Amino acid sequence: MKKVFTAGLIGVAATGSLLAQATEAAPTTEQLASQIAAAQSAADNAWMMMSCALVLLMTGPGLALFYGGLVRKKNVLGTLMQSFILMVVATVMWALFGYSLSFGDGNAFIGDMRFAMMNGVGMEPNTDYAATIPHLTWMAFQMMFAIITPALITGAFAERMKFSAMLLFTILWSLLIYYPMAHMVWGKGGMLNAFLGGSIPTLDFAGGTVVHITSGVSALICAIVMGKRLGYPTEPIRPHSLVLSFIGACLLWFGWFGFNAGSALAANGLAASAFVATHFGAAAAALGWLLAEWFQHGKPSVLGGISGCVAGLVAITPASGFVKPIPALIIGFAAGIVCYFAVVKVKNMLGYDDSLDAFGVHGVGGTLGAILTGVFATKEVNALKDSAGNAINTGLVDGNGGQVVNQLLGVGISWAIAIVGSFIILKVVDVVVGLRVTSDQETMGLDLSMHGEEGYNLEA
Amino acid sequence: MKKIEAIIQPFKLEEVKEALKTIGIDGMTVIEVRGHGRQKGHKEVYRGQEYQVDLLPKVKIEMVVPDSRADEVISALTTAARTGKIGDGKIFVSEIADAIRIRNDERGESAL
Repeated sequence: MKKVFTAGLIGVAATGSLLAQATEAAPTTEQLASQIAAAQSAADNAWMMMSCALVLLMTGPGLALFYGGLVRKKNVLGTLMQSFILMVVATVMWALFGYSLSFGDGNAFIGDMRFAMMNGVGMEPNTDYAATIPHLTWMAFQMMFAIITPALITGAFAERMKFSAMLLFTILWSLLIYYPMAHMVWGKGGMLNAFLGGSIPTLDFAGGTVVHITSGVSALICAIVMGKRLGYPTEPIRPHSLVLSFIGACLLWFGWFGFNAGSALAANGLAASAFVATHFGAAAAALGWLLAEWFQHGKPSVLGGISGCVAGLVAITPASGFVKPIPALIIGFAAGIVCYFAVVKVKNMLGYDDSLDAFGVHGVGGTLGAILTGVFATKEVNALKDSAGNAINTGLVDGNGGQVVNQLLGVGISWAIAIVGSFIILKVVDVVVGLRVTSDQETMGLDLSMHGEEGYNLEA
Repeated sequence: MKKIEAIIQPFKLEEVKEALKTIGIDGMTVIEVRGHGRQKGHKEVYRGQEYQVDLLPKVKIEMVVPDSRADEVISALTTAARTGKIGDGKIFVSEIADAIRIRNDERGESAL
């Protein structure tokens, strides 16, 4: 009897609370809007934190293995270390002042120190850049770009640069070239920023100019100023493990989805469009390089295939958030063929020792991609608005041929900054610590001479 | 006693070991080596840079046998290692002054 009574009471209580809920006021429009915003923010933040991790994976182990396999085995650790140390040093610099110099308001050329020491960088979004994700996530995403960009250059001076010189070079390079370029193209008020009031609006979705032209052109200057490796090109200097390079290149391809699709800064349709463009660009470029090689040398090589895919990923980077899928295929295929000739023909003709072809792939691929972005960008994918809020024609395919000129100006400015800046930095570093290892150290290899260890102790 | 050094194609090693086992030879030392004789190397191309690779991977088998067994071992080796193509390798035969078994100081042919 008592049991039944209790159950009855619980039943009454439950009914009462249901009734209370039903009679509560319906949520206001504001409440619904904030719930929707919270849901969107959660989805965007999840994708963007994933993208941050993907872009970090591109440097280590992606790029590190890609480059590490291409050098001789006595230099494998030295080469891995050059990528890894940037995951360390570029991060600390970014936290202290790099982020602020890149994305603090500042002027048309460089940011200010408002975000130095992570001041004001918290869980609330920075609505200038990414309104739906925490400021911290946006800062971290950009940090991963600041890590990989100087790491790309290390391919040019592989197997012969002192570790101390490499550190000093990349620190100065970040300060004098990367932070200003990132600010000019992506920073609020930057001279080349197409979305936030730049005077020469250049389209660069994920870093064709900022990342690939600056690093690739600087790589060329490094190769010329540093001089050739001992024995190059008369003695055989063969890649010690194309298997490592293969793994590295495939990790780059994988991580690049974060790099490009993440640059949409949201888990939205634009991210999907960039994702597809990225993949199409990589595949078409690998095909282009392989076909060119097959016709020229009679054999399609694995190294050719993976080099082509990286060249395509580079070229599609500035275009990925502006072009449709089929133009992405065209950009990729063109990059595969053009970069093949840059690496195989032009380099050997001119005789500089860009050891791992940082210029031939990133400089040439980045330049081609930046220009073709002006050709194939369309408002159907990503619309820029005029002051009245109407979508304006984006690239040549929309009928805006002037954008190609803007792209050329952006490319020219990036080249100029990279050439002049890198040359000065190299000269300074040479005076302060000396650029090259001694010839004895070079013969011994960087692993032993710089780090006191060996990559492969198979008898141990 | 004779020392027989046979430099052979690496992919022939299993066949040669089998042939030697069949005639009752169970002591040998195998070393991975690089070299070339009349067989020239091959060309490798990395991003357009051509390299002539002339030192090719080979396997060297060393064994010391009693004088009486030398011919038999040599014929087993040549039969098993031959493909008839250039690059099959060579066999060198030399005199051995003495052999010592470290475990118990046995000397000469009984140490083999």
